[in-house]
Amino acid sequence: MSISHAPPMSSEPDISPISAPDLDLQPLVPASSRRTRVPRWLRRTTGPVLLLALWQLLSSTGALQPDVLASPGRIAQVAGDMVADGSLPAAMGTSLQRVAAGLLLGLVVGTGLALLSGLFRIGEDLVDAPVQMLRTVPFVGLIPLFIIWFGIGEAPKVAIITLGVTFPLYLNVYAGIRGVDAQLIEAGESLGLSRWGLVRHVVLPGALPNAMTGLRYSLGIAWLALVFAEQVNADSGIGFLMVQARDFLRTDVIVVCLVVYAFLGLLADFIVRSLERLLLQWRPTFTGR
Amino acid sequence: MATHVHRPVTPHAVHVEGLTRAFDGRAVIDDLRLDVRPGEFVALLGRSGCGKSTLLRILAGLDRDIEGTVLVPRRKAVAFQAPRLMPWKKVWRNVLLGLPGKPERAVAEQALDEVGLGHRSGAWPKTLSGGEAQRTSLARALVREPDLLLLDEPFGALDALTRIKAQRLVGELWQRRGCAVLLVTHDVEEAVLLADRVLVMDGGVIAHEQRIDLDRPRDITDPRFAALRAGLLERLGVEATAAEAA
Repeated sequence: MSISHAPPMSSEPDISPISAPDLDLQPLVPASSRRTRVPRWLRRTTGPVLLLALWQLLSSTGALQPDVLASPGRIAQVAGDMVADGSLPAAMGTSLQRVAAGLLLGLVVGTGLALLSGLFRIGEDLVDAPVQMLRTVPFVGLIPLFIIWFGIGEAPKVAIITLGVTFPLYLNVYAGIRGVDAQLIEAGESLGLSRWGLVRHVVLPGALPNAMTGLRYSLGIAWLALVFAEQVNADSGIGFLMVQARDFLRTDVIVVCLVVYAFLGLLADFIVRSLERLLLQWRPTFTGR
Repeated sequence: MATHVHRPVTPHAVHVEGLTRAFDGRAVIDDLRLDVRPGEFVALLGRSGCGKSTLLRILAGLDRDIEGTVLVPRRKAVAFQAPRLMPWKKVWRNVLLGLPGKPERAVAEQALDEVGLGHRSGAWPKTLSGGEAQRTSLARALVREPDLLLLDEPFGALDALTRIKAQRLVGELWQRRGCAVLLVTHDVEEAVLLADRVLVMDGGVIAHEQRIDLDRPRDITDPRFAALRAGLLERLGVEATAAEAA
């Protein structure tokens, strides 16, 4: 390496940036001026509304035959009729009841098992292997067996939902418990927390983010299980309405039922989101740009 | 001094004798002996891996796979290198965590005021800066009114300026509280600045002991300070450079 310029006694100190006059400078715009004026909710609803408009357009021009897929207008009308004669609210009530019962049972069983195997080594040895084995069995495949065991009443439907809900909850709560930072546990110990105090103040809150993820999966699977359960041997509920509509080739009724499922799913998601906002407010998260 | 003696039989805040701790048959601490007087500030130096953190964890009661005699006060508190605050509890709840009974928020705020963080008591830990989090961890230790305060490189992760302030704060708090302090550190200057007595750990035992009799507050530009520092560095196997010797 050799130094070829800037002799130490140079009369002109060469520190001015004259040597690079053609730098391509670029203005950095403040974030506030880049943001669009359209409110968030409006932006979020634009997509679905455009989709609906396209659908209506295709139906009105005859490109989409009514016996393949009814138009949005027709579907709204049918939905109105079904609400008016009480068949839709009654079916929704029945379905919601089934989901609620299955979800509650699944929550209790899934979290209970996860606590058992997450908190105690003996619990892990006893519980984890059987659960891991059972969870690979497709729960829908158990419907025939459940009908033999529980008959064709409410029990097999609730049982299917319970089964579907239990595993994602178990896996996530268990992973959450085992993923709690060992340093925090040690800190808790050094503060004099008892075993139960550690569980209550350190382990369970630490497992909560994972538990919420599990709950989200569980809710999704609960609706899925409901559709399966109600299309086999049901005489009420949304699934039953759909099976009936299929027999009469009523695509409009089928779509109404699908829309109801979609809305119930959206509602469930909203509930989980609210819960997360409430319970996980300590967690600074990336919210996107 | 006598006011801090809670057990008149043994005038020690810490009494360790014949302590051995082995990991997989390799003794990290080997027949160690250590006494700390009540109210004494002791700094423990040593190369990384010499077992100084292990000793602190043993004194904190976090490591019980030991042989030998270890006597420590019932009321002791630890501040770790990382603040280790529960992110799901607000700052004041973190400070009160593990205290018996149902202490009021005011108790936490008093301790937070002492470390200059009274205004942050309602904040979430993840919104604190590194220095603030470390001071919260200190408040959490102090609120227990410990007879022995164990500090495990509590300034290691702080930037230089914050570290100077935090060191000064610990010095003040110690003088006000009068509890015994064991500070584990690898920073010789920090040890000479704060401690009554500096211990150098090597080969699983206390290999060297140095009393620091300089007046407080101490001046790092004092030639006696520099001499003590150079002596300890030599003990740790670091030769003083020409610039430092000058």
